[in-house]
Amino acid sequence: MATLKELAAKEELFTGGHRLCAGCGIPPIVRLILKSTDARIVATTATGCLEVASSIYPYSAWKVPWMHSAFENAAATISGVQTAYEVLKKQDRLPGGDKEIKFVAFGGDGGTYDIGFQALSGALERGHNFLYVCYDNGAYMNTGIQRSSASPQWGNTTTSPAGAVIPGKVQWRKDLTRIVAAHNVPYAAQASPHNWRDLHKKAEKALAINGPTFLNVVSACPLGWYTKGQDSDAHVKYAVETCYWPLYEIEEGVLKVNYKPKNKMPIADWFKMQGRFKHLFKDDEGAAKLVQIQERVDMEWQRLLDLDGMRL
Amino acid sequence: MSKKKIFVQGNEACIQGALYAGCRFYAGYPITPSTEVMEQMAANLPKVGGKFIQMEDEIGSIAAIVGAVAAGEKAMTGTSGPGFSLKQEIMGYAAMAEIPMVVVNVMRAGPSTGYPTGPSQADVMQAKWGSHGDSPSVVLVPSSVQELFYETIRAFNLAEKYRTPVVILFDEVIGHMREAITIPEPGEVEVIERAKPDCAPEDYKPYEVKDGKVAPLAAFGTGYRYHITGLYHAEDGFPTADQQYIHDTNMRLVNKIEDNKADICENEELFLEDAETVVFAYGVSAKSAKFAVKELRAAGIKAGLLRPKTIWPFPSDAVEKISKTAKKIIVPEMNLGQIHGEVERYAAGRCEVQGIFRVDTEPIHPKQIMNAVLGVPVEPTVIPDVVDFTARG
Repeated sequence: MATLKELAAKEELFTGGHRLCAGCGIPPIVRLILKSTDARIVATTATGCLEVASSIYPYSAWKVPWMHSAFENAAATISGVQTAYEVLKKQDRLPGGDKEIKFVAFGGDGGTYDIGFQALSGALERGHNFLYVCYDNGAYMNTGIQRSSASPQWGNTTTSPAGAVIPGKVQWRKDLTRIVAAHNVPYAAQASPHNWRDLHKKAEKALAINGPTFLNVVSACPLGWYTKGQDSDAHVKYAVETCYWPLYEIEEGVLKVNYKPKNKMPIADWFKMQGRFKHLFKDDEGAAKLVQIQERVDMEWQRLLDLDGMRL
Repeated sequence: MSKKKIFVQGNEACIQGALYAGCRFYAGYPITPSTEVMEQMAANLPKVGGKFIQMEDEIGSIAAIVGAVAAGEKAMTGTSGPGFSLKQEIMGYAAMAEIPMVVVNVMRAGPSTGYPTGPSQADVMQAKWGSHGDSPSVVLVPSSVQELFYETIRAFNLAEKYRTPVVILFDEVIGHMREAITIPEPGEVEVIERAKPDCAPEDYKPYEVKDGKVAPLAAFGTGYRYHITGLYHAEDGFPTADQQYIHDTNMRLVNKIEDNKADICENEELFLEDAETVVFAYGVSAKSAKFAVKELRAAGIKAGLLRPKTIWPFPSDAVEKISKTAKKIIVPEMNLGQIHGEVERYAAGRCEVQGIFRVDTEPIHPKQIMNAVLGVPVEPTVIPDVVDFTARG
């Protein structure tokens, strides 16, 4: 694994000058992942913040061949690229085809958990040799903060507005990492950019594997979380410290919890720093909801600990 | 009478019209520039006992409203360009299964992702032919925020009356433009309710047409057990391979709309009696057209406006009529001539038909229309200098 110094010296394949918001969690995730292999990279990106803000004419932040097709099909598009590449390489019809290429698809939680889920599932099942990276900021931020199946329960979004009767999104989030792992892929992991060492290690591992791999990376969104841009790194750290976003990996079916906080941070301590949960701190009803959320987080964390080191 | 006046954007006027018409179910998916339709439904439907669901994708959204209609609700979904493309299979399904529902498409520039925050009128042909097969189409093209409110009510009424999906087609400008609108009192505007069967459940046939009228639609769970499918189906709803019946059904589906054009088509007409040049414009382009025609009239030039509020079925009679009296018809539209071709078809060589096509996401400027009327060459993107028509008398 490269040191931070070595990483910093490596060429940036996702450059500055893009129009992602100050404090957006996406750029550090993409930069680090693209630096996690020495092979050449081809990338596809689903419609979303990353796609829109990294490719505004006449500029591009991408120093790798890159394709945006539509919202629902980053995984299907990379499937086509990767398969055709393998065929051309096999038939010796590709000049320079002797060099190794890594295929990476990026999508947000809307483009991955929801509309892109079918394409992702299909690509995982067919076993394409690619890495899918989901940057999960918990809502459709690009279109203006609508709920997704990754949005946290009782969070406020424009389509699950916290009102007097219904205080935000009713449902619990979809456990996509486990769902991906249930496709029996060689590698699936959850990561956070605040722990760059862990994210880098996971990206290196995933990119070295021959077969479909998946990284689900939590990404702070100052716009949708109603937080300050300079606090983004702290917020994703708190996501991990509260065990809302545990760092773990499932490699060849074996689950490993990569980080166990010594003192688990109460979920309310993190939620109260975010505007999207402020309605939960106004009355007893909100307090009761926070207790329920804490119980669910505790239950899920314990379930993960029970599985630590087990073959699923 | 106390009337409610509100200052809203088009997307909100649309949902206000839907709520007035009795829409109580909305399923949607985020897409610019129609997202506010969904957001407003999420905030407002629960207040009137309705239900909003955000679905996992565009296809899920339209499929969910089909289900809600079968359960007895009035339902709507909204989308834009790429989402409208994804919904097309179910558009045809709803036409075939005769599901009364309303689909909003806030047009943005295409093809593909195109330009999500810029207006366009390039989905008019897709709204007609987007789904496979010869399916009936009712498509409304309102031109202002207030009209969008009324046309949304009319969309629900036409859907219920003819048991068919109705599309409301407007664009990013109308969707995001804010205007003061008046919300009429309940009962002030006619709202058509779904015809329910009055026969015994065992006698009910969901596709039995009597006296040329569409069959009443029973709600699931009310004791009427029946079958809904996108396959060609007999009067009882079950699939059929009877070729005569297949022919008759396809003709019936299309003709229930075509034969009622007098009821479904609505036009605004301005100075048509003596107009030598008629501007045929719809949606956002009609705003510029109306301004241009009034300016030209003030300068003594015999211009007129024919503005369809319903684009499908196509107002062929109105076009035929003006083609007999006018020397020229001008069709400004934010696409490459989709409706221009239809106007040419029905003008049938009786008068000249000129298009002004603009696809740079900038609405057509009144000056472009004035120039066309005056016979000055029209640049497709550049806004020309003001024509000095006072010199022309």
